Amino acid sequence: MGSLRIVPILLLLASPALAQTYGIGKVPTAAQLAQGITISPTGAGLPRGHGTAAEGAKLFVEKNCVACHGPAGAGGVTAAPNLVGNKGTGPDDDVWKRVNGGEAPGSLPILAPDATIVWDFINRGMPLGNEGTLKPDEVYALTAYLFALDKIIPEDKVLDQDNLAQIKMPIGTEWVRVPDWKPGAPRMTGYPY
Amino acid sequence: MDSKPSSRRELLKGSALAVGAVAAGASVSKTALAQTPAPAPAPVLPSYAVNEAPEIPVSPDVVAYGVRSHYVKSVRIQEDGRPPGTTARYEAFGLTLHIQTPLQDSIGTIQASSLHYCATTKGSFVPDIDPAQHTLLVDGLVDRPRIFTMADLRRFPSVSRFHFVECIANSANATHKNVQQSHGTCSNAEWTGVLLSTLFKECGLQDKATWYVAEGAEEVKGASTLPINEAMEDVIVAYGMNGEPLRPQQGFPVRLITPGFEGIFNTKWLRHIKAVDQYQLNMNDFGHLRREETTAALGYTWGPKSIITFPSGSQKLPEHGWYEINGLAWSGKGAVRKVEVSTDGGQTWNEAELKGTPLRKAHTRFGYMWNWDGGEHVIMSRTTDDTGSIQPTREQMAKALGMTDTPNWRPPGTNNTIMPWKIASDGSVTNGLA
Repeated sequence: MGSLRIVPILLLLASPALAQTYGIGKVPTAAQLAQGITISPTGAGLPRGHGTAAEGAKLFVEKNCVACHGPAGAGGVTAAPNLVGNKGTGPDDDVWKRVNGGEAPGSLPILAPDATIVWDFINRGMPLGNEGTLKPDEVYALTAYLFALDKIIPEDKVLDQDNLAQIKMPIGTEWVRVPDWKPGAPRMTGYPY
Repeated sequence: MDSKPSSRRELLKGSALAVGAVAAGASVSKTALAQTPAPAPAPVLPSYAVNEAPEIPVSPDVVAYGVRSHYVKSVRIQEDGRPPGTTARYEAFGLTLHIQTPLQDSIGTIQASSLHYCATTKGSFVPDIDPAQHTLLVDGLVDRPRIFTMADLRRFPSVSRFHFVECIANSANATHKNVQQSHGTCSNAEWTGVLLSTLFKECGLQDKATWYVAEGAEEVKGASTLPINEAMEDVIVAYGMNGEPLRPQQGFPVRLITPGFEGIFNTKWLRHIKAVDQYQLNMNDFGHLRREETTAALGYTWGPKSIITFPSGSQKLPEHGWYEINGLAWSGKGAVRKVEVSTDGGQTWNEAELKGTPLRKAHTRFGYMWNWDGGEHVIMSRTTDDTGSIQPTREQMAKALGMTDTPNWRPPGTNNTIMPWKIASDGSVTNGLA
């Protein structure tokens, strides 16, 4: 009788719903972890490598970037963003109103708050149709080329995993952080809609 | 003489004849049945005459998966009614960004998986993923990084929940001809999967993790950054949709469902989740960079919203009389509490009937019986959610933000403003913003 009384307690303890973990899944191998390509704005996660604007200029032709973006990142097909932006000098001192082939503002690289974003975008998304084929050195070189075109860095600067995140981007503080989301909280304090 | 009916239809005709004969006999006299029935003229049965139409052939496809009636023509449309400026760059590369669901024909609260809207970040490329080869890696700020097969995911406790997914492009304007154009990048479905919170607990999420990056397996490895607190609330790592595996356009074999957030955050073809300690602007986030606090605050997530789907643009009321005005209501912050319908351009409001129990961050069907008098009317709906937020008119929203409502004004952030439909005296329905 006494032993029967503890059965419900034992059942409760064995209940999966109360278990914190289930022991499902495998410990990823080093090779599987290396498939992660997400990089931090601090530069953490960037693969080792380096590149210059001169190397990037060559790749821009070799990888046929020119076909869409035009020679030297401007004047390409309408469908592709113009990569040379208003640097923010003179009367049009506003990176948000960059020259952009008539499109709405908001294109890389001039509008990126962090240099890592440009590197990440090229690494993930370019060239169209051959995504994921660029080697780290090539991505550093293409990033350096675009930054040099936009006069964000000097033409002779060697970009690498240690100095990429240090680059000061022209947008400065002219952008806002995402909201401080909390479940169930209103979208904007005092806003009834 | 008995002759064997050669088909089911003849059998039905034969039995109908017998019933007709019995009925005819009964009308003559109560004793008629006991006598030899006199030859009666064959009864005319209009319903069976109509059924002389061909039967639907039972093909292997009909057996295996079923097909809808060929009388039902409702289909999705790509980039319908969108300004050329926003689609030119995709069309130039042969791509499609948005495929809109035919809300004007929608019934109930879910979209059939075949009609659910879809949008992809880079266009129409949909990866063809072998689920036996696909894995989901969870790492970053966790004590126990893990890699899960699709079979592993199904061993975890599952949830099945109804949620809407809506693209930020779902912004009605005066040029839209119908509700498919104005509201068609929003759909509701039942999603089945494991809660992301369950996976994070399995992996020992660290306290310092405040954001996570979700990445897809498509060619651009599209990634978004989202807050951990929302992940622990209700985000689903979904493998099922409306009773079957996800469709490829919906992220087969596994995707994220982030209830209440814009469509793009519901990462499809999910392959990697990384817990991190700071927001990072990723491939799919860059288009969301904002300059003003207001636009940022009203972006990313959806407020309370509703739309009348019948009668709606391009439809026509055939005659005056009673109709059920009906539509859909939802909120990215909670459940629908109330829906009101106006038939006089917003001067007076009538509470609509909610069909079933409203669910959190899901579509609710509403209806309001209305006796159309044959006159000109402007009809509209507005909803209030259980957080107390109410759906605004464009004018109300503009005023609250210190802006001006002009025909070309695009409400900042996610557009949840009230949509009016105009009913003319001939019953035709057009865009009330025009």
